[in-house]
Amino acid sequence: MSALTFQRLLREPLAGPLAALVVACVVFFILTPQFATGYNISLILQQSMVIGILAVAQSLIILTAGIDLSIGATCVLGTVVLAKVAGTDPVLGMVVALGVCVLIGAVNGALVTVLKLPPFIVTLGMFTIVAAATQLYAGSQTYRVADGPLTALGTGFSLFGFPLTLGLLVLLIVYAVAWYVLNRTATGRHVYAVGGNPVSASLAGIKTSKTIFGVYLASGVIAAIAAWAALGRIPTADPNAFQTANLDTITAVVIGGTSLFGGRGSVLGTLVGALIVGVLRNGLTLVGIDNLYQNIATGVLVIAAVALDQISRRRLQ
Amino acid sequence: MTTAERTPVLQARGLVKNYGQVRAIAGADFELRAGEVLAVIGDNGAGKSSLIKALSGALVPNEGEILLDGAPVHFRSTLDARNAGIETVYQDLAVIPALDIAANVYLGRELRKPGILGSVFRQLDRRAMREAAAGHLAELKIGITSPTQAVETLSGGQRQGVAVVRAAAFGKKVIIMDEPTAALGVRESGQVIDLIRQIRDRGTPVILISHDMPHVFEVADRIHVHRLGRRAAVVDPKQRSMSEVVALMTGALEPTGEEAAGGP
Repeated sequence: MSALTFQRLLREPLAGPLAALVVACVVFFILTPQFATGYNISLILQQSMVIGILAVAQSLIILTAGIDLSIGATCVLGTVVLAKVAGTDPVLGMVVALGVCVLIGAVNGALVTVLKLPPFIVTLGMFTIVAAATQLYAGSQTYRVADGPLTALGTGFSLFGFPLTLGLLVLLIVYAVAWYVLNRTATGRHVYAVGGNPVSASLAGIKTSKTIFGVYLASGVIAAIAAWAALGRIPTADPNAFQTANLDTITAVVIGGTSLFGGRGSVLGTLVGALIVGVLRNGLTLVGIDNLYQNIATGVLVIAAVALDQISRRRLQ
Repeated sequence: MTTAERTPVLQARGLVKNYGQVRAIAGADFELRAGEVLAVIGDNGAGKSSLIKALSGALVPNEGEILLDGAPVHFRSTLDARNAGIETVYQDLAVIPALDIAANVYLGRELRKPGILGSVFRQLDRRAMREAAAGHLAELKIGITSPTQAVETLSGGQRQGVAVVRAAAFGKKVIIMDEPTAALGVRESGQVIDLIRQIRDRGTPVILISHDMPHVFEVADRIHVHRLGRRAAVVDPKQRSMSEVVALMTGALEPTGEEAAGGP
């Protein structure tokens, strides 16, 4: 490899997160024989699935220099709506759940674009509202869903002897669509432009409000998909589940190299970021390290990732 | 036929804009001729930026008319003005750092692939945009050759160069430069002044709003002096010194009859 290629590689934003993922895998491979088994890797993927899907929405929003603190709660409400409404009619349940999630995204988007409120405040308020509404609606109960369309994404299949589920396929599709939109369409460029420099974007004729509203709407759709995938993995709608989902998605996005200040990053980085968190949690569990230490490790990782982003930004200026 | 008798490219007559009690434009006239660099100068608060906003569609005047190539136009937004071939370059380097040069040149006007890929899948024609952007870069010598370079890797002058290239690529009729050198160093300002000259020499008239008198005198063919919300004079920089122009701007000096009437 020539020095120039190597330099280009260093500047490649995915290089850091990918290197971190590889290092984590190698370390756990050395530390414990259970890590690199087909079963365990499949488990990591399953455990990362819901956060991984939600993190796509978080990426889109963070790219516009926003943030969505309500996405985890929206997904949980989605699971409860699916479970309760679908008791009578699964298709109706899916339509209603999708509608509820999209409505939440639309309200967030409208408050951010029309009233020009800070996304942090809007979605923090929305998080509180949705979490409480979910408890009220669920009567603080959990609902077990019957096998059928609602658990369809839990259907397993084997790829070259490697156990996978339809939910993982859906995850890949969500990432592929988001990647395509961001990198191959004008809409995607506008997302980067709005996050990178909103004034310039609007001077260039981009309808910034429309772009921003769009990502919050997409967030609602993705939350509904994640809710469906979640029931595929664990067929119980629990209003107390995914308590840390909001922060976990932000963690995945940030570790994946997307800047919290907007305009910079990629969904592929987010996928790697979600896997890093998944590998770290799984590996640390396997080597017998307490859950709380895992949280500490994740926290350190987030701060380190943001610090790196800040340092590289300062260098550019 | 002399230049003065030809139809001006962009003309305004008796523009008025009121903001409540404040009169930002008080019956202003304006005239940009083919193939010239017209500098617009004025003290802070003289209303020159309101005038420019009216010409670029950013504000809609209460009274008066704007003519493009002699025909009345009514701009409701900057998009209207852009569609009519009037492009503006802003002082604050209006580019998106994380996107590459080609993406910035085509920002908001992206080209899509022909056929179903473009219409249904909305796929960008990145290659066409890259090639066209490379052509525009080569046409104006701004010292960048690769349209795939990210704008954040460029210097301030080069970034402004990208904004100028974008304006030149789409500004078929008029290019407005609103304080294009305000955020730049001496050497980089020189590059932008050079670009202004290049654009004029290619045949597109330029309106240059600037506080920098040496720049104005270096590049302008005529100088529109704005004062108290209206055109106070249009002067020939070869006949007036910098201090005289500043005196006209502040009202310390009265313009000649010809200057007050719209200049030579």
